[in-house]
Amino acid sequence: MIQPAIHTDGLTKVYSVSQRESGMAAALASLVRRRTEEVRAVDGISFDLAPGEIVGFLGPNGAGKTTTLKMLSGLLHPTQGALTVLGHVPWKREKTFLRQITLVMGQRNQLVWDIPAADSFELNRAIYRLPRADYQRTLHELTELLELGPLLKKPVRNLSLGERMKCEVAAALLHRPQVVFLDEPTIGLDVTMQRRIRAFLAQYNQRFGATLLLTSHYMNDVEALCRRVIVIHEGKLLFDGDLASLVRRFTSHKTIIVQLETCPDDLQAYGEVVSCEDGLVTLRVAKGETPRVTARLLADLPVIDLTVEDPPIEEVIERVFAQHAAEAQAGEAP
Amino acid sequence: MMGLAGLYAAQFRTSLATMFQYRAALVIWLISQVLDPVIYLIVWSTVAVAGGGSVGGYTSGDFAAYFLLLTVVNHLTYTWIMWEYEYRVRGGTLSAALLRPVHPIHADIADNLSSKVVSTPGILLATLILGVIFRPTFHFAGWTVAAFVPAVALAFFVRFFVEWTLALASFWTTRVNAINQMYFVATLFLSGQLAPLSLLPPAVRTVAAILPFRWMVSFPIELLQGNLTPRQTLTGFAAQAVWIGLGLLFLRLAWRAGVRVYSAVSG
Repeated sequence: MIQPAIHTDGLTKVYSVSQRESGMAAALASLVRRRTEEVRAVDGISFDLAPGEIVGFLGPNGAGKTTTLKMLSGLLHPTQGALTVLGHVPWKREKTFLRQITLVMGQRNQLVWDIPAADSFELNRAIYRLPRADYQRTLHELTELLELGPLLKKPVRNLSLGERMKCEVAAALLHRPQVVFLDEPTIGLDVTMQRRIRAFLAQYNQRFGATLLLTSHYMNDVEALCRRVIVIHEGKLLFDGDLASLVRRFTSHKTIIVQLETCPDDLQAYGEVVSCEDGLVTLRVAKGETPRVTARLLADLPVIDLTVEDPPIEEVIERVFAQHAAEAQAGEAP
Repeated sequence: MMGLAGLYAAQFRTSLATMFQYRAALVIWLISQVLDPVIYLIVWSTVAVAGGGSVGGYTSGDFAAYFLLLTVVNHLTYTWIMWEYEYRVRGGTLSAALLRPVHPIHADIADNLSSKVVSTPGILLATLILGVIFRPTFHFAGWTVAAFVPAVALAFFVRFFVEWTLALASFWTTRVNAINQMYFVATLFLSGQLAPLSLLPPAVRTVAAILPFRWMVSFPIELLQGNLTPRQTLTGFAAQAVWIGLGLLFLRLAWRAGVRVYSAVSG
């Protein structure tokens, strides 16, 4: 059996956060006695990642994604649970472990602000003790894949956000890590740049067989890169499986888009009319009804074009969280 | 070992490149480094003249020599790490450093040394000009000049390890400025920056010698000015060696404990 690249079992992180009411009296009281509250940022999550997998790690703000990534990369000590990455216990931060991983955190910089990125890359070569020939080869590949050529000689502070992010990603991957953690790698970037970073990550994964775990608010990132997604909410694991089955499981409706000559009046008979403009009708239909409604539409109306789609992934994720909240509420009710 | 040498060389180049981006800041910093000792020098020379030519055996020429040497030694042993660490811990740059397979102290040592390479010629030039103005009386001897070099090198490491360890207080508190201020006042008095230690009360001198302060700045100057016998010099080297050992030990313990706190709460 192949050893998983990442293994977690009951991974938990509890923070102790000090609490205080507003006002002077509370301020004075807190001098004597501090009240702390335990926050379970990550609450007993378990999953394995096989070597070479790309997995999307999804959840709303505060769900525990970054905390989990920090535990996986060795920056945070788990409160409970088992955790290994490439057979190492991350928080021990052994050099052999650190040489095989990287964590790309949004705007956090690997790069020295005042000097050209090429100089920072050279520093990373020394830090990771990369043989010159290997380093040159990787740098050449990264330069090509990310189109870094003209950027390398400019001081980092003179680069645009997108340009800087490309250099950040390159700096983080120069040592060819086997496991790559990415926290919002495309945040703040324009669509073209997002697409380029995405394509690059897919290529990196294929070329080096690296395992990638990424969080992103852009569902396009997830759809383009990840067959499998892990969804967490309030520190708990809600879903772990392929993206298609997430959509299947959490969608009760499909969207039918029909192109007609004009907008007829009696469309409600077919399903919920989301919109109709210039004959382009968008209908929301219960999943089980879709084949029947489609057949009726084709039989009854002069259809020019017709497509059936799953709802956007954002909507699916929203449903996952909504359903979880409803279940939690039902659980609390007497 | 070759890997570490390569790392130092690369860090050295990076730090130099960064410093050259801020030439004006470098000049301003150099002026501030020279200004303090010059003020004390003027004050003490005036006191010596008013006191009939000398104070505690120091003539104005001796004061000039002392404070000019202080400018050089203080510059060579100076670190700014205590000002920086809080920003690293709160700003998250420490996280990036923790993910690299090398202890962050190496980058700081290389960074500090490279800044000295750039700024020392400036300090020496300033000292030379001040020497022409204030007419110092030096008491150099061949062996003291030879012993001065390792004394300054050891003083650098004593100060570096002590201040790096104290800087780690940032792991536990957000109010490191108060700790820094306390430490800087202690350094001002006990390392010989305000006045030669021999002018201070015996009790203060004893404290300065028991704690690392005398060995960080004053000792190399006392040595070069011929105030120490060979035996006292050897004792001084031993004290420096002990403080380097203790400094490293405290640093190691504080680092481990600090990173544990960091990885428990913030990361």
